[in-house]
Amino acid sequence: MNASTSAARTKSNAERKTIRAERLKLLRRNKAFLVGALILGFWLLIAVFGSIIAPHPYDAMDFMAVSKKPSGTYWFGTNKLGQDVYSRVLAGTQLIVWMSFTATALGTIVGGTLGLAAGYFKGWFDIILMRILEAISAIPVLIVALLAIAALDGQSSSITVGVIGFVFAPNIARTVRAAVLSEAELEYVAAARLRAERTPHILFKEILPNVLPPIIVEFTVRLGYAIFAIATLSFLGAGVEAGSPNWGSQISENWAYIFSNIWWPTLFPAAAIASLAVSVNLISDGLLEVFEV
Amino acid sequence: MSTTPSLELRNLQVQYTVRGIEKDVLRGVSFSIAPGEAYGLVGESGCGKSTAAFAAMRYLPRNGKISGGQILFEGNDMTAMSADAVSNLRKSAISMVYQNPIAALNPTVRIGNQVAEVFELLGKSESDAMKHAAEALTRVQIADVDSVMRRYPHQLSGGMAQRVVIAMALATNPRLLVMDEPTTGLDATVEAEVLDLVRDLRRETGTAVLFISHNLGVIRHMCDRVGVLYAGSLVEQGTTEEIFNNPSHPYTVGLLRCIPRGGLHKNTDRLDTILGTPPALGAKFDGCVFVDRCALVEDRCHTTMPEAVQVGPQHMARCIHHDKAQSMPRAIDAVQVSVSAPANRPTTGTRLLDIDHLSKAFTQEGRTVRVVNDVSLSVGVGETLGLVGESGAGKTTIAKLILGLTGSDSGSKVVLDGKTLAATLSKRDVADVGAMQIVFQNPDQALNRRHSVTRIVSRAVQKLRGFNSNESDDRAHELLSGMRVEASLHSARPSQLSGGLKQRVAISRAFAGSPQLVVCDEPTSALDVSVQATILNLLVDLQKQDGTSFIFISHDLGVVRYISDKIAVLYLGRVVEFGDSNQVFGGPHHPYTEALLSSVPNIDGSVRKRIPLAGTVPSPSNPPAGCVLNPRCPRMAGSGVEGLCTTVEPELKEVEPGHFMRCHIPFDQLRTTQQS
Amino acid sequence: MKKYILNRLGLSVVTMFIVATIVFFLTRILPGNVARRYLGRSATEEDLVKFNAKFGLDEPLFTQFYSWLGDLLTGDLGTSMAFNKPASELLLPAIGYSSRLALMSFLIIVPLSIAGGIVAAMYRGKLVDRILTVGGLSAAVIPEFVWAVTLILVFGVILGVLPVTAFPTRGDPTFFAQMEHLILPSTALLLVLFGYIARITRASVIEALESDYMRTAVLKGLSRRRAVVAHVLRNALLPSIAVIASQVPYLVGGLVTVEIVFNYPGFGTILRDAVGGRDYAVLQSGVMLTSLVIVLFQLAADILFAVLNPRIRSRITE
Repeated sequence: MNASTSAARTKSNAERKTIRAERLKLLRRNKAFLVGALILGFWLLIAVFGSIIAPHPYDAMDFMAVSKKPSGTYWFGTNKLGQDVYSRVLAGTQLIVWMSFTATALGTIVGGTLGLAAGYFKGWFDIILMRILEAISAIPVLIVALLAIAALDGQSSSITVGVIGFVFAPNIARTVRAAVLSEAELEYVAAARLRAERTPHILFKEILPNVLPPIIVEFTVRLGYAIFAIATLSFLGAGVEAGSPNWGSQISENWAYIFSNIWWPTLFPAAAIASLAVSVNLISDGLLEVFEV
Repeated sequence: MSTTPSLELRNLQVQYTVRGIEKDVLRGVSFSIAPGEAYGLVGESGCGKSTAAFAAMRYLPRNGKISGGQILFEGNDMTAMSADAVSNLRKSAISMVYQNPIAALNPTVRIGNQVAEVFELLGKSESDAMKHAAEALTRVQIADVDSVMRRYPHQLSGGMAQRVVIAMALATNPRLLVMDEPTTGLDATVEAEVLDLVRDLRRETGTAVLFISHNLGVIRHMCDRVGVLYAGSLVEQGTTEEIFNNPSHPYTVGLLRCIPRGGLHKNTDRLDTILGTPPALGAKFDGCVFVDRCALVEDRCHTTMPEAVQVGPQHMARCIHHDKAQSMPRAIDAVQVSVSAPANRPTTGTRLLDIDHLSKAFTQEGRTVRVVNDVSLSVGVGETLGLVGESGAGKTTIAKLILGLTGSDSGSKVVLDGKTLAATLSKRDVADVGAMQIVFQNPDQALNRRHSVTRIVSRAVQKLRGFNSNESDDRAHELLSGMRVEASLHSARPSQLSGGLKQRVAISRAFAGSPQLVVCDEPTSALDVSVQATILNLLVDLQKQDGTSFIFISHDLGVVRYISDKIAVLYLGRVVEFGDSNQVFGGPHHPYTEALLSSVPNIDGSVRKRIPLAGTVPSPSNPPAGCVLNPRCPRMAGSGVEGLCTTVEPELKEVEPGHFMRCHIPFDQLRTTQQS
Repeated sequence: MKKYILNRLGLSVVTMFIVATIVFFLTRILPGNVARRYLGRSATEEDLVKFNAKFGLDEPLFTQFYSWLGDLLTGDLGTSMAFNKPASELLLPAIGYSSRLALMSFLIIVPLSIAGGIVAAMYRGKLVDRILTVGGLSAAVIPEFVWAVTLILVFGVILGVLPVTAFPTRGDPTFFAQMEHLILPSTALLLVLFGYIARITRASVIEALESDYMRTAVLKGLSRRRAVVAHVLRNALLPSIAVIASQVPYLVGGLVTVEIVFNYPGFGTILRDAVGGRDYAVLQSGVMLTSLVIVLFQLAADILFAVLNPRIRSRITE
């Protein structure tokens, strides 16, 4: 080894850093992205510390303060059981956050692997997979989830997570497959074969790094829809434990009281759902812009 | 004669705003085109010639603006006109022909309607417009006009689509026709037809033409006056004769020198180059735009922009050393690469690669499509075999079959250094895989954009030579430096390098395993002319040093002639002629080769009698009976063997030592007819 | 062309078969005693056996599957275990109601979303564009029930201008009254579906605006406006057909929640009850019917796309 090669080797990873730095700069300039990141960051903090900062235990019932308007003691008011809405909203954060992240992660891993295999190997595996995908897409996500949760007699959040993960896998597989199909056509893949590289290397070391950006974007998009689906399912009463403070159930238990002008046990969980979902969506939009470039 | 010029650009300055920064694309360009004159604007990528063309149509992209100067059409300033006035000019006075004709047509509207629209804009009724459209299409020599009018753009070939666009452009008899690289991307024979068509129509209508191209041969063939554009600045301008015979700007001189013209061969001549690369779009210059690459540069050049100097009648050059330009030192780069070839290389001249009866067919909707049909070739040690042919000839497929990237049909045999290779890559030994490598046309797609340059080459060394990762890295650095890729760039990603550098990386990778044969599939087609020469020199050096053989695929006959020892001409998946470089280029030729050679416009201006090919390339799923060329063959009629041509496919036979042809017409008969 | 249609039809049949497999086996994963649930703890063994025999639950699973398929194909939708009536009596009127709501929503969503996408594209980069794009997509991730509840709160309770049930309850409602009741539910659905359709439309309009053929049109002398109408729209709207077809499943899913919130006697309420009560026949047949509608819709969209797209049409007819 001579001086020039060692110089070349120890030459800083500055070049690699500049691409990342450019991307970060673009993200920072995107106001929508920043707003989304801020809100999501806020909810993540709540998910971790919510139970600590809640003024009252979420299931504590105060029969003297039933359906009271928001006040000094009860910031978001109380529901028909005298429970503090504020504490219930805080408590429900953790549930929906871990459920949606886990479900999406599960779907991405399963779907991503399927998509990679289908896009690279093509052939019968691909054809069969696409047929199944199309069939699953013909049934609305919600209905499949309802059926599956009902079938599994699901009153647990883990089952819901699993079901949603598997229901998302097909669509994620489709996106990954499309990306892999176009990457595999590029000549560097042929060049890899021309140095006797084996298939795992080509899939994971050559193609995957290039397909990672769309996968990341797809993850964040699906995350938004996971929040959407979990909230809806809990609203419909599927896949939730009785009495759990998840936001969907809070709304389903309390929304009829809107007509008696008791809007607060409904509105605050609703706003929570909306803000969490939108924040994730803004982030995925920002990422889409950056990675498209 | 002081008539008002058709088009005049006066000190035109155009800027593009990219990510908030304003970049100069055209820096005070001035030229004029007299009525009926053809003016060629020539330059490499990024010089701004397309921008100039669109500016003449008073059209700029969203982020472009005219920051100074004027564009005058027949004396009227277009920059001061209203949008309506400009629209009116476009309707009847100025028209444009584009680089990509199929994309320029609306995919969901029939051809007839699109052409008729031009007339509807002039107020004609729908039925009148359709009639005029049919006439316009007949004028561009389209046979079966009615059928074409009913088609959609994706159903046309490139050449046909360009005729349609030309028909639309000339339909209203405009006074100025702007042509932006109109034949780039078309096959040589199709290009020749389109250019002939344009010349004929110009003679008929007397339209002034602004012709944009990077191809000096085409410019010479088509234009009366020429302007040379570099980095948005017009560095030289004059009559075609003057520019080509008496170039006075160092850039023009360099450009003309580095084109491999007929007569030059790698064995005797090394190509001139222009050191450095064309500047990035909108780079800032205080002085002359050519400072970074000029062999005659001095201090003055960096600080002051040179004035336009009259060097002859109607001849201007923007250089203080215009008188020394033609005698400027030649910039010929030397290479110092050591690929350390294994000692047991067979001696030059012996056969390295034998390809026998190579075929590839696949079924599509029940029909057999023979992409490659019974191809037999050989390549010697240290020799370059040039593969020539137009689209559909099967050149790239042959490359893939040889390398094993695509499996060949049974009966095909590939023998490397005496050893028969498996048909598919996965069944070959690592040693054999490393012995044959490839350099692709498009380095953007051929290099993994997520890997650093070092990793790309090092991995190849590791897998093909069996070194460990540290040794591979060192070897990679050695190879890259040897190919003139600076050490500071080794940790960069491909996207940060220029086209020429990327191709050097690709070549380094190909040589990582000390190959005996490297397939080069259009390796310089995506590069500028000035960069192309350095890559060709590099390949020649590598060959001299290590005795590497090449299979060189290119549509550029000049390049192929320069670099090849032997040449194979392909048509519709078959070898129609094979022999030494001088045999194939010198003649007598196979009728197809003859037509192909006659279609390339020469840089030295000599006018070659053009042998046209009738019709279009047949589809490989439905080849003609007998000799596949027979419907189009220019030498069939009157040859006496027409009966054979239409019924029996000729064999590839040796017509003189080392020279093979697939033709029924006797060799001597070809010799006599072609000499007349 | 006929061959293409038959081909696509065949694929749809395959799809429906796979759907049937998924639906059937999904509802039967759960072991355990359906009979007991319906008959209660006091039921005797004999009662359970009779129940199972009546509903065919005592046969092997695959046999049940094939006989169920056979029934479906002959139009027998099975018997509701909860109500002891033919499932069709429950499902068909419900699907009728759902269709009404779906149709109304569809007729509002499609023109609005496409128009939104076009406007966003034409005013690209300006405030209108940002509002439509970002706003649309943000609205799309907020679940329908959240929108439904919020809309009821704002327009029904606070402002009191629109009815809060989807079905008029008093007397014999006029057509106008019925429509009035469907406004809020349709809006909830619109808010969720607008964003994605508008964004895809926007992207394809922009692609068309920046295309070479648009440039050719302008350089031929067409005014920008005329070029857009004559050349851009027909190219840009083609992908919208595919997008809209892909959103139909989401529309149906949204229908379920919206119907429940607005107390509409459509498929959604039936589904919820059937899920809770493990009413297999209703569940299975109901899902099959809705999937059938969706698949037919997508088939129609595919064929329409092929007919309108010259590239595909010419390849088929050659």
